[in-house]
Amino acid sequence: MAEHNPYVDDLSRGIIRENPVFRLLLGMCPVLGVTAYFINGLGMGLATTAVVIASNVVIASLKNYIPAQVRIPCFIVVIATFVTMVEMVLQAFQPALYEALGVFVPLIVVNCVILGRAEAFASKKPVLRSLVDGVGVGIGFTLALGILALVREVAGQGTIMGPDPESAILLFGEGFEPMGLFGQPPGAFIALGLLLGLANVLFKKLNI
Amino acid sequence: MERLLSIIFIYILVENFVLQRFFGICPFLGVSRKMETAVGMSMAVIFVMSMATLVTWLLYTFVLIPLNLEYLQIVTFILVIASLVQLVETTLRKISPTLYQGLGIFLPLITTNCAIMAVTLLAVREEFAFIEAVVFGIAASIGFSLALVIMAGIRERLELADVPDVLKGSAVTLITAGILSLAFQGFRGMLTL
Repeated sequence: MAEHNPYVDDLSRGIIRENPVFRLLLGMCPVLGVTAYFINGLGMGLATTAVVIASNVVIASLKNYIPAQVRIPCFIVVIATFVTMVEMVLQAFQPALYEALGVFVPLIVVNCVILGRAEAFASKKPVLRSLVDGVGVGIGFTLALGILALVREVAGQGTIMGPDPESAILLFGEGFEPMGLFGQPPGAFIALGLLLGLANVLFKKLNI
Repeated sequence: MERLLSIIFIYILVENFVLQRFFGICPFLGVSRKMETAVGMSMAVIFVMSMATLVTWLLYTFVLIPLNLEYLQIVTFILVIASLVQLVETTLRKISPTLYQGLGIFLPLITTNCAIMAVTLLAVREEFAFIEAVVFGIAASIGFSLALVIMAGIRERLELADVPDVLKGSAVTLITAGILSLAFQGFRGMLTL
């Protein structure tokens, strides 16, 4: 596959070839911690996407002014600033989601996906490409969280769009007995393990 | 005293940081391949986590709250952790080269160990008193070490097991962690604060 447009390559890399969750196993704490419900997983994915895009752009624009010796602390401060902003926005406009995600919102700051992109990509490449890279990685991360959360919610609760009873859609009839395990911590590990196996098969089949 | 004992038991067994709360999964998967590295990492985490909780709690209570700067919590805490790791690394190299050789390579990894950040944030959120916060930090790090060491023991045997091709590597490790977490589920509801 000869894709010579670097932007297409930057965008697709984070989604498939170097998917942070399925290929690189980075940032696993929120992946396991907030995926009991689809909405929470999606919200966490989008919050992380916002931070990775913003920090990639800022770090790429400042890269000529940041001394190499202290670059990691500088990156961390930039990331922490954006995480604080995201936390405030969530608290103000999505209080229910903010409550549900709990301490995992401030923990975005130690998500290795973001620092990894800053160090490996944004600190070396131009601003626009870093932006595209951030979008790609964000989509890849959100996709993985969404898939895992969907599997866990459907199997563990038999609903989509829970936990709010108003928006929750019951998927199965009265006779359905949900597999409670998948809503619990052990289910998160097992579901992700099985999904990783599935992803391995798919990637091998498609030869990526 | 009762409360302190409850904190210790809750955060080692009931609310185990790795297996029930999902903090510090990266090192849990990354360094649990061999018992030796798992023990080294555990020691480094116990050390840094206890100190980080102590320092950030004092900083939050006596600097950030009086100055109404609570919104700087995330930036401050991550900087404290990063500099603490650096400090510990430099001090160890000078004072105890043998210990440094054991822990040295794990120390830089700890900065992005979300278990450390989680402990400092939770100590403030749960509104622990000073001594409770310190005990909480120590208990949480022991819980982390317990999970890591058990996992390393299992993985050393898993090396020899006949695992289906597609599940080799991280997939089977995660499923094993799930079963381990299932075992810890047995402590659920045993104690609450």
